[in-house]
Amino acid sequence: MTPELDARPKLAPGCRMNEPTASPSHGKKTQQPRVLLMPERALRLNGPSLEIVSRCDGQHTVRQIITELQKLYAKAEPERVEKDILGYLGLLYEQRALDFE
Amino acid sequence: MSATIPQPLALVAEITHRCPLHCVYCSNPLELAHRDGELSTEIWVRALREAAELGVLQADFTGGEPLARNDLAELVRAARSAGLYASLITSGLPLDEKRLEELVCAGLDHLQLSFQGAREQSANEFAGAKAHAHKLRVAAWVKQHRIGLTLNFVIHRQNLDQLEEMLALTEEIGPGRVEFAHVQYYGWAFANRERLLPMREQLDRSLEILKTAQERLRGRIRVEYVVPDYYARYPKACMGGWGRKVMLITPRGDVLPCHAAQVIPGMAFENVREGSLRQIWEESDAFREFRGEDWMPEPCRSCERRAQDFGGCRCQAFLLAGNAAATDPVCSLSPQRHKVDAILSQVNGGVPTPAATRSDWLYRPNPA
Repeated sequence: MTPELDARPKLAPGCRMNEPTASPSHGKKTQQPRVLLMPERALRLNGPSLEIVSRCDGQHTVRQIITELQKLYAKAEPERVEKDILGYLGLLYEQRALDFE
Repeated sequence: MSATIPQPLALVAEITHRCPLHCVYCSNPLELAHRDGELSTEIWVRALREAAELGVLQADFTGGEPLARNDLAELVRAARSAGLYASLITSGLPLDEKRLEELVCAGLDHLQLSFQGAREQSANEFAGAKAHAHKLRVAAWVKQHRIGLTLNFVIHRQNLDQLEEMLALTEEIGPGRVEFAHVQYYGWAFANRERLLPMREQLDRSLEILKTAQERLRGRIRVEYVVPDYYARYPKACMGGWGRKVMLITPRGDVLPCHAAQVIPGMAFENVREGSLRQIWEESDAFREFRGEDWMPEPCRSCERRAQDFGGCRCQAFLLAGNAAATDPVCSLSPQRHKVDAILSQVNGGVPTPAATRSDWLYRPNPA
């Protein structure tokens, strides 16, 4: 499934990112990794996937997400960035983590 | 040293064994906890916070019927403020619209609603209660809120033939996710196994139907299922490995590596009233007993699948082979596999068993 460029992805019901809080552990603060939480599973978010998922807010269009990430990762080939984003959004959609509005 | 201890991802909070249903395959132990032995709200709140500090991401509130506790919304709120994802695993029976709203306001992320089938009469029979019609109402209420909904159909010999109807019901309700959970043979299900274990043809056909449905519903409803392990060639990676990903707290506060672990004789479990979750997870004998690979016998010890299935299920090894440290007897490589094959050939052996009637079942009671 390839998302439409004008669609606005939004996390599906029951899916959200964990809070970016530091949690106390053994008396010192350790940063919890950012994850996408969903029923019965959690998906680790690193650099680009974190940037994508945090824009799946029902406001950004797919096209806007692509443009913003192309700026953010200016050293990467723009076509490659677009292809990766579309692939990742398609994957999240198939896992029922995203709705398109 | 602590670098080698894995970080738990999920806490199964079995907050009560009280339940209005009497399911013949209930995963609770045969010896159920009574209300007056249940942990207090304060201890649960502390346990949830300690779980989050250990790295746990998700709290699954289950039972019994977790709604039997009046402080459930408070516990959901505590889970959320500790940073956890809060799931409710419920029969839906004691739920009304007002209580649901209260839970959603407290931060409930996801609700998993159990179904005993697609047909009211037989579903009520397996549950030992008139539950089915109310579940349909609950599903509709949940859909009005922006939380995750999973339907969980427990499937077995007596209802596998309703699978297409269950799928139709699922599509009608439209949850984000559906689980078709073959009964696992522990607790009450072990006691009723003879009438629950599916026949091979039934099973093969059900797997075909589910595979097709998974494809057809992709992107709309996530369809998940597992093969019942008596029929599998290799064992399941039970709980993702002993003491590796999941911990469970019983209504009385015992901390276990899985739902059934108390069936293993001679194993002492520490209680959350007396120790911190971190200390119990990292240092208690029960969690260390089968963590990692040192305990493994052959053929597991040299098996290339040992990091995938972790030798299977310790409780099943005890229940079927009388030894919790044996290779899971469902494994085709286990020297005890013949015991499972004998059970299967009884199930599949020519003589068709009559449909079970109410008096055949051993129903799970509701503890006081």
